[in-house]
Amino acid sequence: MNPADTNGNGQPKIGVYVCHCGTNISAAVDVEAVRDFAEGLPGVTLARGYKYMCSDPGQELIKEDIQANGLDRVVVASCSPSLHETTFRRATSEGGLNPYFFQMVNIREQDAWVHIDMDAATDKAKDLIRAAVHRVRFHKPLERSRVPVKPAVMVVGGGIAGIQAALTMANADKHVFLVEREPSIGGHMAQFDKTFPTLDCAACILTPKMTEVRANPNITLWTMAEVDSVDGYVGNYSVTVRHKPRFIVEDACVGCLDCIDACVFKVGKTPDEFNVGLSMRKPVYIPFPQAVPPLVVIDQEACIEFKSGRCKKTCVEVCADRNAIDFTQTETHETVEVGAIIIATGFKTFDPTRIPWYGHGVYPEVYTALELERLVNSSGPTEGHVTRRDGRTPQTVGIVHCIGSRDINTNEHCSRVCCMYSLKLAHLIKEKTGAEIYNFYIDIRAAGKGMEEFYNRVAEEGVHFIRGKVADVYPEDGDTGRVVLQAEDTLLGRVRKIPVDMLVLATGVEPQADAEDVRRTFNITCAGGGFFMERHPKLAPVSTFTDGIFLAGACQGPKDIPDTVAQAGAAAAEALALVDRGYVEMEPNTAYVVTEECSGCKTCIPLCPYTAITRVDEKAEINPVLCKGCGTCVAACPSGSIRQNLFEDEEIYEEILGVLAHV
Amino acid sequence: MSEPIAVPQEKAGYEPRIVAFFCNWCTYLAADLAGTSRMKYAPNARVIRVMCSGRVDPQFVMEAFANGADGVLIGGCHFGDCHYESGNHKALRRFLLLKRVLVGMGIEEERIRLEWISAAEADKLRDVMTEMVVQLKALGPLQVEVPAEGFSEEADLAEVRA
Repeated sequence: MNPADTNGNGQPKIGVYVCHCGTNISAAVDVEAVRDFAEGLPGVTLARGYKYMCSDPGQELIKEDIQANGLDRVVVASCSPSLHETTFRRATSEGGLNPYFFQMVNIREQDAWVHIDMDAATDKAKDLIRAAVHRVRFHKPLERSRVPVKPAVMVVGGGIAGIQAALTMANADKHVFLVEREPSIGGHMAQFDKTFPTLDCAACILTPKMTEVRANPNITLWTMAEVDSVDGYVGNYSVTVRHKPRFIVEDACVGCLDCIDACVFKVGKTPDEFNVGLSMRKPVYIPFPQAVPPLVVIDQEACIEFKSGRCKKTCVEVCADRNAIDFTQTETHETVEVGAIIIATGFKTFDPTRIPWYGHGVYPEVYTALELERLVNSSGPTEGHVTRRDGRTPQTVGIVHCIGSRDINTNEHCSRVCCMYSLKLAHLIKEKTGAEIYNFYIDIRAAGKGMEEFYNRVAEEGVHFIRGKVADVYPEDGDTGRVVLQAEDTLLGRVRKIPVDMLVLATGVEPQADAEDVRRTFNITCAGGGFFMERHPKLAPVSTFTDGIFLAGACQGPKDIPDTVAQAGAAAAEALALVDRGYVEMEPNTAYVVTEECSGCKTCIPLCPYTAITRVDEKAEINPVLCKGCGTCVAACPSGSIRQNLFEDEEIYEEILGVLAHV
Repeated sequence: MSEPIAVPQEKAGYEPRIVAFFCNWCTYLAADLAGTSRMKYAPNARVIRVMCSGRVDPQFVMEAFANGADGVLIGGCHFGDCHYESGNHKALRRFLLLKRVLVGMGIEEERIRLEWISAAEADKLRDVMTEMVVQLKALGPLQVEVPAEGFSEEADLAEVRA
């Protein structure tokens, strides 16, 4: 094996740079010893230590050394390549070398930060640097190829996050496909009454945006639609969407709602999803008055026509010549090409029956916070009157925080919004009923603009705060219809038992039930707790590990409306940056065939998930546009005639020898 | 491929040497996350990054053992999570076959390990790293005795036909 052709004589001139990362690396690795070691390695012309290699002066060092000392290979030992590989490749390139004449060594995340013994960590750093020095000699000059990007974008999920992202991109004149599985966009925000801490009405600020989505010619809005499959790669995704039947001809329905009145059901018998089951709806219904699109939908499960085929179809009669009702609609599929995808699939609220002692579903006066949102909402089932199921107005209300949050038995995470929405509900209930309100909390988390001020305001309004977790809920003796909340008041140091007319459970935020399926469809990652994982928690908060797929809103983690909207804007900006440029550069790590060595055995062909390999003239041939560079065929080729750029066999063998060599 | 390097004699405080091949999209990121989370684990493994566990040629593993590794760890994505759809399935198929071959050569099966570790499972990464070192310490340095006459060809064929 000969080293790659370097400098004409086969003798490489390698520069090694050992980053101290302030003290992040130097506190756990003897960086001077590592530098001395690197300098002594064969082929190494110079080795330098520097405090911050990623800084401008650090990068300048590389460029100057390439020019002044004629380096032809560069090795930087610093952080993870996922952070700064691009930075140092660029510096290598600006110094006048091919950017791929560079190899990065991870001595921070995978060394300094994870080991206690300095000698062992230093030895590990030396081994890894030796491996990189061995490897980099074999690096070949490579070019990134440019692939055109499809100009349209898809947004999955029509809550406030998806709406905001779709509008931002549509306003930049990009075509947006907004896919929502429910019959209307709006998401959870449409169900809320007021929003903390400013108490502006959720519908008043959301509805204009929903209408704008419908009016914007750049947005194709698909409700009752779900993404079935995603193919392709960054800039060139091909997404297949499944349209579920609404049984309504969308262009023909004018939203007069006459069919609902005319339905053979005199009263609704199906729990209304939008009112969280607090009211009943008919089989033909509109999700809520401000629904977008403002169209009715027929529930196949509840409609008599679907069950028996013998309904009088009074709805069809009243629809008359509009002919908007069509019982024959079936599921259809449609495939569109987009350059980028924003996932804004939101959250679900914690199911409180998982903690049975809080009595939700057992005692009628135990509500979830979302149920209360509907009760205080003037378009809700009680027209905004906070009343119990027996019609009485509550005089005492308990609000228990952290239901399904901050508890290793359910969810470890803090759901972030519950403290603030509990304060908001306390304020609204007090305003509407004058009831005494008891908040049982672990900690009040009122971080963010205007939040602590809102907490103080609600406290001054006379809402009671008891620091303690409710351990038991049981009916009061006698036929009072009240439940007793028993908790240890940790500030008073004693157990308190408070009877209340109404109990509100501040249920937490969880990933959607099918988040796992969505994750697989889009080939992204879930973090602990099941929320979608961002590429970097600080510096790439809306990107995923799959290029061209971005995250917005609570599908990435619990967040309030202001943060969701901000994140949706960021996701839209990232997607715009991608599609607006018009092309993407592909990492040149594709596989290729050394044709003269190929025996034509066809082992590789069925292994490729992208059908990039074909057999031409008895030999394998790899289409570099289709190849994504996994290297599975390379590992399988019996004759070794398939190679992979950036991961050549000899490069990896040199790494193996490098990490194991004894010096 | 170069000549095998002599394995040092067993000493007091023997530290096993592990070569790890980690998938760029999951286990490598889990190792980064373990770092960002400042988890602590045994320093014995040296990680070689590949784009997919499907890139791990059985020859890499052989080469590592031939050059002084006491153990080899391969880290890939959970089933259904492969960044390239099914590279991890192919890695598993090769791994099972390779393990039989290695065991046939007298290499204990604990010395080669395939783990599915997602980008979020830093704790699993830490546990696997440390656990493997404990197991390898119990086994001691790798010692493969090659019969003076070499491996019998008939025995190999019998194994293949079995």
